[in-house]
Amino acid sequence: MSAPLLEIDSLDKNFDGVTALAGFSYSVRGGELVGLIGPNGAGKTTLFNVLTGFIPADRGRARFKSIDVLRLPPHRIANMGIGRTFQKLRLIWRISVLDNVLLSFKNQPGERLGNVFFRRTASAKQEAENRNKAISLLEETGLREKLYDPAENLSYGQQKLLSLVCCFAGEPDLLLLDEPVAGIAPEMIEKILSIIRDLPRRGKSVILIEHNLDAVMQVCDRVVFMDAGAKVSEGTPEQVRNDPKVIEAYLD
Amino acid sequence: MEYLLHILILISIYVILSASLNLVAGYTGLVSIAHAAFYGVGAYVAALIALNLHSPFLINILCAGMLGGLLGALVGIPSLRIRDDYFVIATFAFQVITFSILNNWVSFTGGPMGLPGIPEPVIFGLRISSHVGFLILVGFFCGLTLWVCHRIVRSPFGRVLKAIREDEVLAQATGKNVAAYKVLVFVIGAGLAAVAGVMYAYYISFIDPTSFTVMESIFIISIVIIGGAGSLWGPVVGAAVLVTIPELLRFIGMPSSVAANVRQILYGGLLVVFMMWRPQGFVGEYTFQKDTLQG
Repeated sequence: MSAPLLEIDSLDKNFDGVTALAGFSYSVRGGELVGLIGPNGAGKTTLFNVLTGFIPADRGRARFKSIDVLRLPPHRIANMGIGRTFQKLRLIWRISVLDNVLLSFKNQPGERLGNVFFRRTASAKQEAENRNKAISLLEETGLREKLYDPAENLSYGQQKLLSLVCCFAGEPDLLLLDEPVAGIAPEMIEKILSIIRDLPRRGKSVILIEHNLDAVMQVCDRVVFMDAGAKVSEGTPEQVRNDPKVIEAYLD
Repeated sequence: MEYLLHILILISIYVILSASLNLVAGYTGLVSIAHAAFYGVGAYVAALIALNLHSPFLINILCAGMLGGLLGALVGIPSLRIRDDYFVIATFAFQVITFSILNNWVSFTGGPMGLPGIPEPVIFGLRISSHVGFLILVGFFCGLTLWVCHRIVRSPFGRVLKAIREDEVLAQATGKNVAAYKVLVFVIGAGLAAVAGVMYAYYISFIDPTSFTVMESIFIISIVIIGGAGSLWGPVVGAAVLVTIPELLRFIGMPSSVAANVRQILYGGLLVVFMMWRPQGFVGEYTFQKDTLQG
């Protein structure tokens, strides 16, 4: 079998004496959809922040495509193929929905200063291609008629959907999704879950943080239960749901 | 007539200054108080090489612009690593240091006495000495600056700048090298400010440090805010209004000793009024407030 896409090896992280990660290890293979569950403060979001380079780990390693990513700056990690969404929703609020998606594409020649003034046809061509790609992505997800609205004018559910579309537009191999369906209407939950469920078929791997256990059990191949910064239980959704340690933690 | 041309030349110089600061502050969200320092560096570099080496105008403007940009990189690389508020303080420090050097290194910069006798520019054998000539020259560089700004903000590069202004974390998570973009745009801003300095030095033919104080930086920031930060035409409107207002005071017959003070009050008052009632300026869209919207 080939090497895992992401290998997390005994990560530690403390914030002023508060343990966020304590020897967390896990591996994700290509095309896997992993659910990450656990109580508040279990260290789930910290794990995402460490993996994407926003917070340095105290100890441990994380290899993505066999390269240690922990010492790399966030933009390098993103360009290697790890995309993420944020628990506290982040979009560029005052630019249009279309521009938000356009911003998310990687390797844009038009984003190089030199190409602002020279070789303009090449960047214009790429920009036009990206534009078509963005429009078809928004078409697929039902945001087509909001194309030129500023992102701040969308409903909360549509904004969450848009942030997922943006993440996807960056063509990452691994998507770290932080509570993509929290706080939105049931129909939108269905829509977003169906997009997520479809990601492995498009060759993507996913780690999904979600408090909505039904949602996790519905879409994930594997589930990891995390508490106090460590992995407590893992397995198929069925196994984890029936693990006494998990039941105990949720009944506390 | 010459008076009117003089005002138009000044407006053009301030359009170069405020449009370049607008790239940095209005589009990228980096409030720099060092713009007058780069303006001064451009003026002094051009004046010194024109006086000492008698080199041609176009060479001088190239040297000054590049040196301004280089200095922008030297200041920008360390100070852009730190958080927004400290960046403001770092640029303020650079502004103060630059003024001190211009004011105290008497043997090199002439100190408070300044540098008199800057020769008239000669371009391809054409000597520019009339007001009309200067207006065409400055207007050309003013147009060039606006064209550069236009190209930048309408490009995907400019889209990244706006994203950095609104949300640096998201820009990084999207794979943009935020630090590099910030340094690049700061260097462009510094280089263009230096070009404005060259225009000023050649036009007035005498420079001294008082033209490049922190007050001048704040004046340029006022133009950007009142005109409209983050809009292409904001600096043009802002420069026209703020350069013309003190001239109007002259027309209502105010003695110049009083007018100087009234001017400061007027600028301060305008800034307060705009911040409170029209934070996006005359034609702008960006309000300098960090976004707090939560869906």
